[in-house]
Amino acid sequence: MAQTLYDKLWDAHLVKQRDDGTALIYIDRQLLHEVTSPQAFEGLRLASRKPWRLNANLATPDHNVPTTLKERSAGVSGIEDETSRIQVQTLDDNCDEFGITEFKINDIRQGIVHVIGPEQGATLPGMTLVCGDSHTATHGAFAALAHGVGTSEVEHVLATQCLIQRKMKNLLIQVDGELQPGVTAKDIILAVIGEIGTAGGTGYAMEFAGSAIASLSMEGRMTICNMAIEAGARVGLVGCDQTTIDYVKGRPFAPKGEQWEQAVAYWKTLHSDADAAFDKVVTLDAASIEPQVSWGTSPEMVAPIKGKVPDPAQAADESQRKSWERALEYMGLKANQAITDIQLDRVFIGSCTNSRIEDLRAAAEVAKGRKVAASLKEALVVPGSGLVKKQAEEEGLDKIFIEAGFQWREPGCSMCLAMNADKLGQGEHCASTSNRNFEGRQGYGGRTHLVSPAMAAAAAIAGHFVDVRNF
Amino acid sequence: MQKFTQLNGLVAPLDRANVDTDLIIPKQFLKSIKRTGFGPNLFDELRYLDEGFPGQDCSQRPVNKDFVLNQPRYQGSEVLLARKNFGCGSSREHAPWALVDYGFRAVIAPSFADIFFNNAPKNGLLLIQLDEATVERLFQEVEANEGYRLLVDLPAQTVTTPSGEVLSFEMDSFRKHCLIEGLDDIGLTLKDADAIKAYEAKRAEQTPWIFS
Repeated sequence: MAQTLYDKLWDAHLVKQRDDGTALIYIDRQLLHEVTSPQAFEGLRLASRKPWRLNANLATPDHNVPTTLKERSAGVSGIEDETSRIQVQTLDDNCDEFGITEFKINDIRQGIVHVIGPEQGATLPGMTLVCGDSHTATHGAFAALAHGVGTSEVEHVLATQCLIQRKMKNLLIQVDGELQPGVTAKDIILAVIGEIGTAGGTGYAMEFAGSAIASLSMEGRMTICNMAIEAGARVGLVGCDQTTIDYVKGRPFAPKGEQWEQAVAYWKTLHSDADAAFDKVVTLDAASIEPQVSWGTSPEMVAPIKGKVPDPAQAADESQRKSWERALEYMGLKANQAITDIQLDRVFIGSCTNSRIEDLRAAAEVAKGRKVAASLKEALVVPGSGLVKKQAEEEGLDKIFIEAGFQWREPGCSMCLAMNADKLGQGEHCASTSNRNFEGRQGYGGRTHLVSPAMAAAAAIAGHFVDVRNF
Repeated sequence: MQKFTQLNGLVAPLDRANVDTDLIIPKQFLKSIKRTGFGPNLFDELRYLDEGFPGQDCSQRPVNKDFVLNQPRYQGSEVLLARKNFGCGSSREHAPWALVDYGFRAVIAPSFADIFFNNAPKNGLLLIQLDEATVERLFQEVEANEGYRLLVDLPAQTVTTPSGEVLSFEMDSFRKHCLIEGLDDIGLTLKDADAIKAYEAKRAEQTPWIFS
């Protein structure tokens, strides 16, 4: 019978189907970070349990780590915020105690979990992969079944290498056609979320397919899968093709020699069959997608750059009207205001959505030979990992950013969620390449606008949003 | 885990769709390495008029009197009545920890986000899904009647209103069993240790690179 990619991955990891409708699903890889793991390790200790399979786990601190060289240079002990320091130290202690591989704070391989997994080849096609972080959907770009879990499930996977699951439904997002120059993977996913809403994918595994997806690099596919959760889907997926295989080849954790050939033969089967049935299909025309900017406090509140902030009077229903009114009030925006009139205080280029080498190249291309607007308080570029940073420096991207007036930082999650010192002040507007524009997400009272790296760089130069296609 | 069988709880209405877990418990409180103590910071940005920090004495902070949980009539609430897509966004289990630590035992909404839906029952927090029209009616009843309580009966899968109306809800039999018995599902999974080992042995032949 024809199967979707999700069906194939599910079947390959089914340990046991139980009578009550739940299933025991085997987990090949778990990524760990400092925020959602301490209580899981504590749970293991309290129950005198040991990790089931040590080498299934890979850890790194990312959410709390400072991004200035000054604060980073002394390692963990140099972290000024005491609670952050304790949390990072706790991850080190737990990994040392249990024998789990960890890329510690100043290891060049340290970075955002969702950047380092693929970069190391620790994320492979056909795997099941979990992490105590909702953006684990990122790894689905490799035809891996990957999703975020809570801390109880982190502990469950540590202890049993399995999760108790119910099968989700299949959703296909079909994007055909060619993107306009200046329009990127980020714009595709923001347009998808704008179309189906933040709960549009709830209960589904969301597969992205079509010619526009097939022509994306792995970085672009990761950006798209990363934000599946912002459309409500825990799982984002893209079928495996030659782009996937070429990306994985030669990475430290990737199979070698004879096992490589065996793996590639299997990976080539990891796509939905031509006549596979999906429970829901949504189609988008890539050529009609414009650069997107979020104006509100939910990722579904997006508009094309040439568009306007919507008028609550035009809302579809009472619930939408109330949420638009509340969003406009929080964001300090007026109905029908042009998106290009939104003035900015800060710009953030980074996060598990957009901090990979291709993202930095796209932003640098816009920034090259230009200057950050004097009206901006700060423009940050935070690479996703030590290795991304190194590569960018080898390509001279750091110099382009610094000459343009951007700050070039050390890797981590940084201002995406502002658990470290990088945050917005109250009322400040930020063009951000991250994934969430929730109230307070980037700092208390901060106002986030989600955009692509190229759009963020152009906004940094102009001091307000501009259409990068005319820049 | 705390067992859940029946509850006759005061209901607090949170009239807002798409409540995300950042709103339920903001990130600065995620720096704790414990599972407890999040209650005073539940809905921190809605509850207080200032910015909250970990470890501070919340009793000294300026309170947003308009926020539902600060109104005298809702003190001691154990049932949270909410709108669609409750718990969306971040996977942080600190969200159910904060709701439970505050004193909530159950949340009623038309829909829940997937990860929150998985996390909550593992902490004894019962999630009850009722259709949108019913939830709307409950909002009206709660707001019109001070001291409004709902009788939640998990074994019977019913919610009974003060007027005696009985509303049924769907519930996964596995989750129901774990909640009623207060079971640790790691212990349950480890009963299948032999099946897990047999699966690993088979996979190690088919996809050896995963295990090398």
